[in-house]
Amino acid sequence: MSELDIRNLSKSFGGVKAVNDVSFTVKRGEFLAMIGPNGAGKSTCFNMINGQLAPDAGEIHFERRNIAGMKPRDIWRLGVGRTFQIAATFGSMTVLENVQMALISHGRELYTMWSKAAALHRGRALAILGQVGMAEAADRPTRELAYGDVKRVELAIALANDPALLLMDEPTAGMAPRERNELIKLVKALVVERGISVLFTEHSMDVVFAFADRIIVLARGRVIADGNAAAIRENAKVREVYFGTGKTFAGAPA
Amino acid sequence: MTLNAFLFQALNGLSTASGLFLIAAGLSLIFGVSRIVNIAHGSLYMLGTYIAYTFATRIGGVTGFWGGIVATAIIVGIIGAAIEFVLLRRIYRAPELFQLLATFALVLVINDSALYLWGPEDLLGPRAPGLRDAIEVLGRRLPSYDLFLIFVGPAVLLVLHVVITKTRFGRLIRAATQDREMVGALGVNQAMLFTAVFALGSLLAGLGGALQIAREPANLATDLIAIGDAFVVVVVGGMGSISGAYLAAVLIAEVKALCIGLGVVDFGLMKINFTKFTLVAEFIVMAVVLIVRPYGLLGRPQGAVRSIAEAEEPIRPANVFVKALGIVVFAALLALPLFANYSPYLLVLGIDVLIAVLFAASLHFIMGPGGMHSFGHAAYFGLGAYGAALLVKWMAAPMGLALAFAPLAAFAGALLFGWFAVRLSGVYLAMLTLAFAQIIWAAVYQWEPITGGSNGVVGVWPPAPFNKATVYFLLALALTVPGVLLLRRLLFSPFGYAMRAGRDSPLRAEAIGIDVKRVHWLAFAIAGGICGIAGGLFAFAKGSISPETIHVGRSIDGLVMVLLGGLQTLTGPIVGASVFAVLQDTIMRSTVYWRALLGLVILFLVLIFPSGIVGTLVNLTRRIRLRRKAAT
Ligand SMILES: Nc1ncnc2c1ncn2[C@@H]1O[C@H](COP(=O)(O)OP(=O)(O)OP(=O)(O)O)[C@@H](O)[C@H]1O
Ligand SMILES: [Mg+2]
Repeated sequence: MSELDIRNLSKSFGGVKAVNDVSFTVKRGEFLAMIGPNGAGKSTCFNMINGQLAPDAGEIHFERRNIAGMKPRDIWRLGVGRTFQIAATFGSMTVLENVQMALISHGRELYTMWSKAAALHRGRALAILGQVGMAEAADRPTRELAYGDVKRVELAIALANDPALLLMDEPTAGMAPRERNELIKLVKALVVERGISVLFTEHSMDVVFAFADRIIVLARGRVIADGNAAAIRENAKVREVYFGTGKTFAGAPA
Repeated sequence: MTLNAFLFQALNGLSTASGLFLIAAGLSLIFGVSRIVNIAHGSLYMLGTYIAYTFATRIGGVTGFWGGIVATAIIVGIIGAAIEFVLLRRIYRAPELFQLLATFALVLVINDSALYLWGPEDLLGPRAPGLRDAIEVLGRRLPSYDLFLIFVGPAVLLVLHVVITKTRFGRLIRAATQDREMVGALGVNQAMLFTAVFALGSLLAGLGGALQIAREPANLATDLIAIGDAFVVVVVGGMGSISGAYLAAVLIAEVKALCIGLGVVDFGLMKINFTKFTLVAEFIVMAVVLIVRPYGLLGRPQGAVRSIAEAEEPIRPANVFVKALGIVVFAALLALPLFANYSPYLLVLGIDVLIAVLFAASLHFIMGPGGMHSFGHAAYFGLGAYGAALLVKWMAAPMGLALAFAPLAAFAGALLFGWFAVRLSGVYLAMLTLAFAQIIWAAVYQWEPITGGSNGVVGVWPPAPFNKATVYFLLALALTVPGVLLLRRLLFSPFGYAMRAGRDSPLRAEAIGIDVKRVHWLAFAIAGGICGIAGGLFAFAKGSISPETIHVGRSIDGLVMVLLGGLQTLTGPIVGASVFAVLQDTIMRSTVYWRALLGLVILFLVLIFPSGIVGTLVNLTRRIRLRRKAAT
């Protein structure tokens, strides 16, 4: 059964067709990678799925409901978490407070004016931070963290409302190769444990081929391939987009 | 009314539009290239009126008038270039708020310079040689000078258009306006380009001012009126768009002309006097345009975020030291009446300080943690003060009721204006809030039968026992302390966190279910309500309230208080307001040129002392602690 069903999605900026008639599905519990060269339209896809952008055409069905054009905050309440290509966190808050903020919103306590925010949902927030390996840094200001750690905090925020679907736009950007592997491994473990579906983009092919259940390849706004690692590796169109003709992924740098 | 009369008013509107366009075009041009909103632009316009007056009267005749206008434009252009070279160049990278404040400081300094050079009297220039008569148009007499002005606007627009599209200078302007990165790539040219654009923009302002001397007297209030009009025109037209500015100038002038043309209309059930709407007309036009097109008629979206330059420390509950200090200060304030016998003035000063603290704390609430740099907080002070005073005047309400009504009136006003304001950010928000404050000011000024016009409302004295300074001081204390504590409590609540989340990263906040606009809207209204209490207290403390006390100057005072204490600290506004109020009541009262003095204080703060008193103290203690840690 599919959780997210994208049908004929399109979006143009001026004359540029950033996303052009894209259709694909994400099944429940699937760990799905979307890859493609720079400017392929990956972030634009993500932006439409979580409501940042309204599509020009097409439908986005999440749990059998068309969410195309809905606001990000409403889509989040339906259970879609998101991390951004350039991590977005609350710089003037501590790591713990960042996660507490999401939990407060999830508990619909945003307009509470008397209780102290710092005392709310502490335990739950610490537990989530523990899962992403950031519990130690709980009381540090987020803006002081190394970029890789900010990405982890962002992941913790995105996990706070127990999402059914997690959209991760380059979750490992700015990380060293080892750290990348660890983070994706961690996410995969969480996903399996909680049954979350994940759609993620990633520039490191090693990571993608090692962990993704399925891979979608986007180029110039179109889906040019959709299949498992082996199929994508062998796909002539994909090779052409990535390396010109003739070469293979075997020697590709991560 | 007849069709002819309508058309005649429309013609009149076009000549007004030319004047508006000349001020707005320069402002928009400068903003487009440098991203600085030069509040002193209205002051350059005012200088234009004074300098042209001097030429026209000293030299006289055709040379003095027409030659004087040309010379004035050039002189004001040079002054603008000098300002850019000496001051603005230093603050291109400073936070927007500081840029706005620095240019406002210039307004104050220029205003006092004009007062020094030309005196306080209005100066009416001669009529234009060669255009003294009037001609018959549509059965009415139109001064030929007005007819001439109608053509000035389009002519300047045409010249600017040619300069911008056909010359190398124009290409650079376009490149800088459309693509910020490219300006950096221009390298050495950049400094020259900026100076040249400031010169050109200032020249236009000077020209606009100079052309007015045949119609209106040179006057020291012109600077703020001109900048207010120019803001509205530029916001409506779209920041950085010259054609947009002309379009907006015509639109606003014509709507006003229409209001005058309609006059009193009898709708059967009631009569409406449309001429009363002229002051609000531009506001309504602006509100409508901003709702439909948030970046103006021909403007383009700005990458606008409610960000602050330096990232802020997480907020922490007060430590033992701060708590103890707070209790000591509170006890000292409670004991203040005991010293009143030695110096009765002490209590008056104390009341002023308390009102200032509440005013500044409420402004800081939306400005610091909310990131909404309101340049019109005086509006809510005014709504509170007038709300209370009018209730006393017309309903003979007791003081308690009036003081309770003050925050409600201010809250309601802030709810209305805030709805628009939170849709914008950065300079747009600053200008819109400023415009709203001007509207409130204009409304109380114009609505004479109700508000007493320029005389204000008098005789708002507190009843016994509050008529004694001692008791009133304690009352002020009893309202200020809970008010400040309430705001503080809110900042630590989920609501306060949500407000800060929306400021830190609107993107992230919306992506975790926070309706940022709604949160900021409510925060804006709450701050307005609290500010209203300060206004109510003020009215009863002074026994009166006049339009002058709620003018833009008060908004700016608030900004200075917040900055003086430190924008990024929670105790900052309290310290800043106290220091400022004491300074104002002592030093500033002792000189005629207090505006210039205040301007210099602001410049000092912005250029040398940007984190304010408390911010600097915090930084110092942190540095000492770090050094100690390093030593052990
Ligand atoms: N807001 C926007 N306005 C105009 N063009 C845009 C906008 N956002 C994206 N584009 C354009 O749309 C195309 C797709 O961009 P997108 O960011 O979706 O690519 P991407 O696959 O995420 O690339 P990357 O791997 O570099 O992140 C690009 O040509 C980009 O320039
Ligand atoms: Mg991308």
